[in-house]
Amino acid sequence: MSAAAPGPISGANPTYRRRRRMNAVMMAVSTLALAFGLFWLAWIIGVLLWQGAGALRLSLFTEMTPPPGGDGGLANAIYGSVLMAGTGTLIGTPVGILAGTYLAEYGRRGWLAPATRFINDVLLSAPSIVIGLFVYAVYVSQVRHFSGWAGAFALAIIVVPVVVRTTDDMLQLVPNSLREAAAALGCPTWKMITLVSYRAARAGIVTGVLLAIARIAGETAPLLFTALNNQFWSSDMNKPMANLPVVIFQFAMSPYDDWHRLAWGGAALITLLVLAINIAARILFRK
Amino acid sequence: MNAVLERPPQAAATAPKLIVRDLNFYYGGFHALKHVNLEIPENKVTAFIGPSGCGKSTLLRTFNRMFELYPEQRAMGEILLHGENLLTSKQDVSLIRARIGMVFQKPTPFPMSIYDNIAFGVRLFEDLPRGRMDERVEWALTKAALWKEVKDKLHQSGNSLSGGQQQRLCIARGIAVKPEILLLDEPCSALDPISTAKIEELISELKSDYTVVIVTHNMQQAARVSDYTAYMYLGEMVEFGETDLLFLKPQKQATEDYITGRFG
Repeated sequence: MSAAAPGPISGANPTYRRRRRMNAVMMAVSTLALAFGLFWLAWIIGVLLWQGAGALRLSLFTEMTPPPGGDGGLANAIYGSVLMAGTGTLIGTPVGILAGTYLAEYGRRGWLAPATRFINDVLLSAPSIVIGLFVYAVYVSQVRHFSGWAGAFALAIIVVPVVVRTTDDMLQLVPNSLREAAAALGCPTWKMITLVSYRAARAGIVTGVLLAIARIAGETAPLLFTALNNQFWSSDMNKPMANLPVVIFQFAMSPYDDWHRLAWGGAALITLLVLAINIAARILFRK
Repeated sequence: MNAVLERPPQAAATAPKLIVRDLNFYYGGFHALKHVNLEIPENKVTAFIGPSGCGKSTLLRTFNRMFELYPEQRAMGEILLHGENLLTSKQDVSLIRARIGMVFQKPTPFPMSIYDNIAFGVRLFEDLPRGRMDERVEWALTKAALWKEVKDKLHQSGNSLSGGQQQRLCIARGIAVKPEILLLDEPCSALDPISTAKIEELISELKSDYTVVIVTHNMQQAARVSDYTAYMYLGEMVEFGETDLLFLKPQKQATEDYITGRFG
């Protein structure tokens, strides 16, 4: 055979055709996988809205959880959830941001930061029921009563690793050249972090906090062992406190239709809240 | 701008601003600068040239102790400014960096407005009332030949500027602190020819007020903007002298090989 100069590549080229076929197959498989995921998500939201729509009325926000057979709302549970999730976020966020800052900005030398990062990742994936039991063991069983504080602490422990991780990740994304530029002006490290690094990573850090709030909004297990529940309006953080997830759990397990309806309403409410927080985080991050 | 033709032949004949004596530098175990001696003349532009990895940026980054951000890097020897060794731990590193400004290869505007980018460094050392700060910002931006282009958008983000404008913003930010020495680490390597020409013009103007040291990959650039040139190779200072002489009549064969393109 003579070594002919290669001709132009034709569409009939078998290598090219095989690549095209492969591309079509992979495209179809990924689209199916996407559809599979979206299908369940849409179904969950659809069912929640369908079942919960009847309960999403004004009385849901103004009336207390009713006794079996009675009509009422979830006002005390909503209030308790907001109070405990709010307190948990307020405790967990500063701790998380400061720890994440240490990891990303100061932890370049030594073994402490890598070890902390690893343990934090373990905590991040720890089952929340373990955290609930932990707070039960070290706090609730010592003071001998369930309380809003215990619930808030448990939620704070869940917030910390989420915020640590996102703060660390987002600060790692800040280019080192910015830090050098700040240092080159004679900027001390703490000012460089607060004025330059935080500013560059702000959207990401706030997103992390929002996602942590979304995460604890629906946590049931840690509250079951700590805040338990309360049928009445209570703003005393030293007493057992009503909250949406536990009320949903309790009402959904009951045989009463009224309670079922309220449980659906509460579930729809939490889901919409989490959805709203995620959308807010998205919008914030895009900026 | 003074004519620089009747310069004394010896680099050292001009008042030295920065004196480097027997400087050694290590990246961990790697010996990156070997017994470097150098006198950087005041109010002149000094260029460091040499192939990649020869240590020219490393040398520049010892002048403001930038390397200290990284624990595995260390410098030994003397760098004298006004007779004081900058490398001793007695020296306040923040003050050194305020006196010796630096501009980097890639433009690094902070994520804040153009105005705040300039005011950032000033606020670290001076508590100026609003009006004086406005003046300082305008002064620095004018010096960096950027004022006309940005005066109507001072409160827009620094990131909204083009690459060349961002680099001039960074030069303005460095000048605003009123340093004595300005270190430029390949300031044009990320820029197009027009922006490069603007920066080069700016460098020539800056030397009346500042001692400028520039690291460049581009020998033509060194020839265009600098008064003195240092050729480095493998961490050693091969030759240092007046730019015209170094390019026309290099003393060492290695320098000649490099500038004529036979090597590197």
